[in-house]
Amino acid sequence: MRPVLLIDFGSTFTKVTAVDLDEEVLLGHASAFTTVDHDIGDGLALAIKQLEQKTGALSYEYRLACSSAAGGLRMMVSGLVPELTAEAGRLAALGAGAKITRIFTHRLGRRDLALIEANPPDILLLTGGTDGGNRAVITDNASALARLSVRFPVIIAGNRDASDDCEDLLRDFEVTVCPNVMPRFNKLNVEPVQRAIRSLFLTHIIRARGMTKATSLLSGILMPTPSAVLSAVKLLATGTEREAGIGELFAVDVGGATTDVYSIAEGHPTDVSVVLKGLEEPYAKRTVEGDIGMRYSASGINDVVGTENLAAKAGVSEDDVRHYLANIADDKAYVPTADDPNSVLLDLALASSAVDIATTRHAGTLEEAYTTSGIVYVQTGKDLRAIRHILLTGGSVIHASDPKSIAEHALYSEESPLSLRPLEAEIWLDENYILAAMGVLAERESDIALRLMKRELKSLGMSAARMSALKA
Amino acid sequence: MQESNRKKLVIGVIGADVHAVGIRILDYAFTDAGFDVTNLGVMVSQEEYIGAAIETNADAIVVSSLYGHGELDCRGLRDKCDEAGLEGILLYVGGNIVVGKQEFSDVEKRFHAMGFNRVFPPGTPPETTIYWLKKDLGVEEGASRTTD
Ligand code: B12
Repeated sequence: MRPVLLIDFGSTFTKVTAVDLDEEVLLGHASAFTTVDHDIGDGLALAIKQLEQKTGALSYEYRLACSSAAGGLRMMVSGLVPELTAEAGRLAALGAGAKITRIFTHRLGRRDLALIEANPPDILLLTGGTDGGNRAVITDNASALARLSVRFPVIIAGNRDASDDCEDLLRDFEVTVCPNVMPRFNKLNVEPVQRAIRSLFLTHIIRARGMTKATSLLSGILMPTPSAVLSAVKLLATGTEREAGIGELFAVDVGGATTDVYSIAEGHPTDVSVVLKGLEEPYAKRTVEGDIGMRYSASGINDVVGTENLAAKAGVSEDDVRHYLANIADDKAYVPTADDPNSVLLDLALASSAVDIATTRHAGTLEEAYTTSGIVYVQTGKDLRAIRHILLTGGSVIHASDPKSIAEHALYSEESPLSLRPLEAEIWLDENYILAAMGVLAERESDIALRLMKRELKSLGMSAARMSALKA
Repeated sequence: MQESNRKKLVIGVIGADVHAVGIRILDYAFTDAGFDVTNLGVMVSQEEYIGAAIETNADAIVVSSLYGHGELDCRGLRDKCDEAGLEGILLYVGGNIVVGKQEFSDVEKRFHAMGFNRVFPPGTPPETTIYWLKKDLGVEEGASRTTD
């Protein structure tokens, strides 16, 4: 037996998963409350103890971890035009597993600087201008940052003509200079920035978070948890040289505070007559909805859907909805039980709405433009209609009463006909919550991680978008 | 650096116009004449021209319109440029910018009033546009490459 331990330091729970590399099996998993206030190692020790109560004592060949504890990897992005370099920077940071606390566009003003000063990020991504394009704004922003009294790592990834000047201005910051995130108009180049984020996370962020005590036990905290999940779903979709993946994939992670959506797909227009507009999007794309979640952000779902609709969806009264939202606001760790049937129904309605809203925001859109020669279609973002796999994960939904019906809300819907979501798909459930662990394991053993996912993720069967008869 | 000395153009077909061929020819011709061209393709909104011009630090925006609705589509572009900090950026328009056979001097007057620096009649060859671009942007002949 060659056991290894995979750890996910979450904001609430520290989750551990043991895998035997020889037999390629999951030995077990367990979780305990994250103890970030004193020593994060306490919660870890407790989780391991619980794990080994089930598996017996294990001696691990190595221990690898990912982390979203202590607020995750908090990043700010400073770009020029909102839809262009600022958006390119946002996509790059999200894909690296960051939590974006603020996006600035154009010149940093006094108020922006005060915000940064009051709540400095773990990393700031400074961009703006295509290569050879605008250099005044990014340079001004670098000198504005230089006047701050706080220091933090800065990644410079804007107009290459301005990089040297920015680097000089920011010489007493920890600076990494990368190729431009948007070297040409609407062209993305996110990988170099993502590698830089990853390396700063390893060298700086972990240390600053007082997580080193626990990490002395570990072979390393390799990456932020969302980045581990992204790497797992990418592996599952595309496979390795030796082992085939399952194909293009749409994944939704419904959490208490946020809902994350991942698409591993090209998303190019399927019809030559469609005009593609806007910034090109990454093949492995992650988005985060900060206002959509099952506990902290349940009120955000209510804001979008409306109390009346939530009540109708759950088959309860509007008062029941208000009452429930107030309850879970006080008790974030609340788990619905069978003796409170309303809570089960409401959680189902909340989860379905979360999936619906977050996937609609993630997917590209197709707009009809009426021209003198008839209708022309304009696509923005990725066309995900041809994706044939949907994967549902997230602590608050994997134990839900009807996960398949929750996941079906990621399908194309006639209620939002212009949103390009999958038309039909096999639904998968991350029943044992292994995605982050597999993303971490994939760093060393991608074939085994892939085979484990293919075996352990549970298929709930095919589902197709409900379509009424085609309109004439 | 030579790259940075090239004058930068943002070009595209405005509005809901899908005529895709002409703009490709202009892209090719302008690039060949030594300009750094950002081609936005067809169905370009005013906001797209402006966003691209800001990021690329463009010297001119060349608007093409072929389907006859140019006048409507172009309205307000100059004001939006001013608003976005692109004061004084060179604005050209050409193609078949209005419907049917109208007196071109009238059309030109209306587009001048909208803030376009130069307005070109149907059938203007790329060479003419290149001549004016070089003149307006102060590009010296010989400093840039031309093909014969
Ligand atoms: C092919 C074509 C189409 C195709 C386009 C296919 C495609 N995706 O490209 C389709 C069938 C889709 C089409 C549709 C329409 N078309 Co059409 N189309 C043409 C046609 C036959 C050729 C266009 C072309 O490619 N020319 C070749 C290129 C190289 O030339 P160009 O586009 O004119 O561009 C050159 C110059 O104009 C100039 N130029 C262009 N922009 C600029 C800008 C500046 C600043 C300068 C200086 C110069 C400049 O330089 C370019 C390169 O040399 C023309 C007629 C014609 N012979 O021009 C009609 C024509 C342009 N279409 C016309 C019309 C009315 C339409 C429709 C509205 C209705 C219809 N009858 O179908 C729709 C509009 C659709 C839409 N939403 O845009 C009219 C426009 C009339 C007007 N403005 O008064 C034309 C002139 C036909 C006509 N005589 O009635 N069309």
